[in-house]
Amino acid sequence: MTDIALSQPRSGLRRVDVTSDAAGARVRRRYRAEARFRAYGIVALVVTAVFLTVLIADVLTKGLPAFIQHSLVLNVPVPADLVDPQKRNDPVEIRSADYFPVTRDALKAAIPGIEGRTAERTLARVLSTGAADALRDRLVADPNLIGGTVKVPLLLSASADLYLKGVGTSIVSRPVRGLATPSGTSGEITVLTSANDFADELVAIKRALADRAHKLTAEADRLQRFASAAVAARVNELRAEAAELRKRYDNPKIEEELDGRLPSLLVAINGGLVKITKLSDIGITGEVLLPLSSTKPNEWRIVTYTTPEGNRKVGDQETAFLERFKELGAVDRHFNWLFFRAGDSREPELAGIRGALVGTALTLLVTLLLCVPIGVLAAVYLEEFATKNRLTDLIEININNLAAVPSIVFGLLGLAVFLNFFGLPRSAPLVGGLVLGLLVLPTIIIAARAALKAVPPSIKEAALGVGASHQQAVFHHVLPLAMPGIMTGTIIGMAHALGETAPLLMIGMMAFIVDVPKSLTEAATVLPVQIYLWSDLPEVAFQAKTAATIIVLLLFLFVMNGLAIWLRRRFERRW
Amino acid sequence: MVMDMPSQSTFSARGAVAGGKATKISARGVNVYYGEKQALKEVNVEIPDKGVMAFIGPSGCGKSTFLRCINRMNDTIASCRVAGRIEIEGQDIYDSKLDVVQLRARVGMVFQKPNPFPKSVFENVAYGPRIHGLAKSKTDLEGIVIASLRYAGLFEEVKDRLQDSGTSLSGGQQQRLCIARAIAVQPEIILMDEPCSALDPIATAKIEELMEELTESYTIVIVTHSMQQAARVSQRTAFFHLGSLVEEGPTEVIFNKPQDKRTQDYITGRFG
Repeated sequence: MTDIALSQPRSGLRRVDVTSDAAGARVRRRYRAEARFRAYGIVALVVTAVFLTVLIADVLTKGLPAFIQHSLVLNVPVPADLVDPQKRNDPVEIRSADYFPVTRDALKAAIPGIEGRTAERTLARVLSTGAADALRDRLVADPNLIGGTVKVPLLLSASADLYLKGVGTSIVSRPVRGLATPSGTSGEITVLTSANDFADELVAIKRALADRAHKLTAEADRLQRFASAAVAARVNELRAEAAELRKRYDNPKIEEELDGRLPSLLVAINGGLVKITKLSDIGITGEVLLPLSSTKPNEWRIVTYTTPEGNRKVGDQETAFLERFKELGAVDRHFNWLFFRAGDSREPELAGIRGALVGTALTLLVTLLLCVPIGVLAAVYLEEFATKNRLTDLIEININNLAAVPSIVFGLLGLAVFLNFFGLPRSAPLVGGLVLGLLVLPTIIIAARAALKAVPPSIKEAALGVGASHQQAVFHHVLPLAMPGIMTGTIIGMAHALGETAPLLMIGMMAFIVDVPKSLTEAATVLPVQIYLWSDLPEVAFQAKTAATIIVLLLFLFVMNGLAIWLRRRFERRW
Repeated sequence: MVMDMPSQSTFSARGAVAGGKATKISARGVNVYYGEKQALKEVNVEIPDKGVMAFIGPSGCGKSTFLRCINRMNDTIASCRVAGRIEIEGQDIYDSKLDVVQLRARVGMVFQKPNPFPKSVFENVAYGPRIHGLAKSKTDLEGIVIASLRYAGLFEEVKDRLQDSGTSLSGGQQQRLCIARAIAVQPEIILMDEPCSALDPIATAKIEELMEELTESYTIVIVTHSMQQAARVSQRTAFFHLGSLVEEGPTEVIFNKPQDKRTQDYITGRFG
């Protein structure tokens, strides 16, 4: 009877025929769908990984150079009459003395024989305006050094620093056949050679001229199509310039004048460096950048700075000085501690994130102190004590809504309430913390409620069963068990607050603030706002600082999220 | 073993009226509603002092609900409403003047699934005495914890692991830890809601053995799905069906000569 029942199911019911073609097709379709879904997942992961890698690589390549800084280590003679004339060893006086002449003289001593105001000024500009800070600190710490010579690192200016990081020009130096004779050791001189060593350079320059003439003509042709009066003048100008260039190119014998739009050519001879201004095949006229030791005929080299001077921030004169300092071994490359020690500055080489770091710490401290107690207690009340009625439903819905409100709205609220109504100070970490607190509070309440809900009711029942009151059961047992989840939610909320910019702009935390804040009511800025401020500045060096600050901010976020994950793993319980 | 327990003597004296036959818990006309749904209908029962009272019946018959009425654990369910009168030693436990926390200190509970606090074995037992201020000193508290664990027959097994987490014990040990936790505050009544349903037969045997010892000092009310267990441990049995108490009486009578057809059907395995 059972056999019959198995082979012939009751009418209306059918058994799956796993051997049929349709069943086979169904199986294959199922496998295909699954494989397709997996493939979507893998493609999405790969695309994400590529974008993330590109993003991080970009930030790192831009930002990492900002963690390196260059200084000139020089023996600086410190004359007592300049620094501390009365010899009172008064730190205030030592600190306030004018160190510019001291450092300038040290530079001049390192490259002797510089003449002319322009050259001297260029030499002085190699150093940062804050170059003497290290020297000043040394002298204040040990006034006995005054009157002697101090070996101290002098901070280079941002442009010099960038040059040394390789954002300058490539330098090609090649030996030549003949001997050359300079006519002087400084100022404008001529150098004659015994062979036609400049012929190759002359050809190269002619070719560059032809190139430029070609480009100008093309540009003129392009503009002519617009055919308006204003453009017509420019077209004529371009055509005239191109004709001029072509004339120079067509006449191979003529002496060539070099300008900022062509690669710079220099002659290195007798320990000096001459920048060529006029060039013919057997001799040049030029300007001495680094003084020559003598005028005697000697072997020499042609040096080319391949990037035209007009396209560089660091001119030929400064490049020559920096190359000389490099040869002297005076350039010191070190980690940029100043970046973490200094506040903001208009000078890129002196600007640091200390102010923003401290501002961030103070702001987040206020946020934390405000949010954790209020958020956790609110969650405990709503989850465990509040009677469920329309009012608590409304509150719950609105807490969820608040978590989705755009952050700029909280900024406006902070501006209206904290600044205008309560009259709290602008730009202060206190107000920033309050505003971010409003922003983070809903997140923490939601996370804390979820964590409380996740604690099994059996624990609460156990506590109630031995005679604990409701409050005792919640605070002795449920809350401690929910704490890891609450902590995770809090850290993620704080990480959100850490990266928040818009509401802080509204309450004025975007001012240029040099001093590191010391209290909750002093003007301050925070890391993301610092990034925003620096990203707006035109200096190349600030672009690197921006990227470097992004790296620091991301590190902070990674650390905080890592902590959240660790807490979750460490204290996670299974029932 | 009983001598170890603090305040044991006062306890025994109170319950010893009429040689253990006095009524400890009496329920009259108890109706329980979950929202609109009625879970218990007109339950009347007298539970005598000392000894074990077993509630049996098919799933969803209301026996657990009635059990949870006795220590007002149903208060935690917002939609639950209890009507009628339940008295312990003549005192109405739903009296608005009665403090529910003090009631639960008198009526301990052991749950279906072992639910030790995720704290140390010691802390699990010490929690009750601590919140009720039973221990005068640290050594006093240790004495209470050790006595409770010993009474629950667990001390020898965990004496070297008092600082280990309660959740690291085996299922049977956890349930005995929960019993130790319940008796650490010296309740008069212990409610057990299917205490062995998650345990293997060996652990079950240990718990049943323990219950037998506990009857000397406590009134035990147990809900069970196992009729063998009810027959083994209880002196009286009540049969619930569809929210009503169908029949109540001495265990031998219920199992051998039930008055009601439904009881007969249930214990012979025709339904449930």
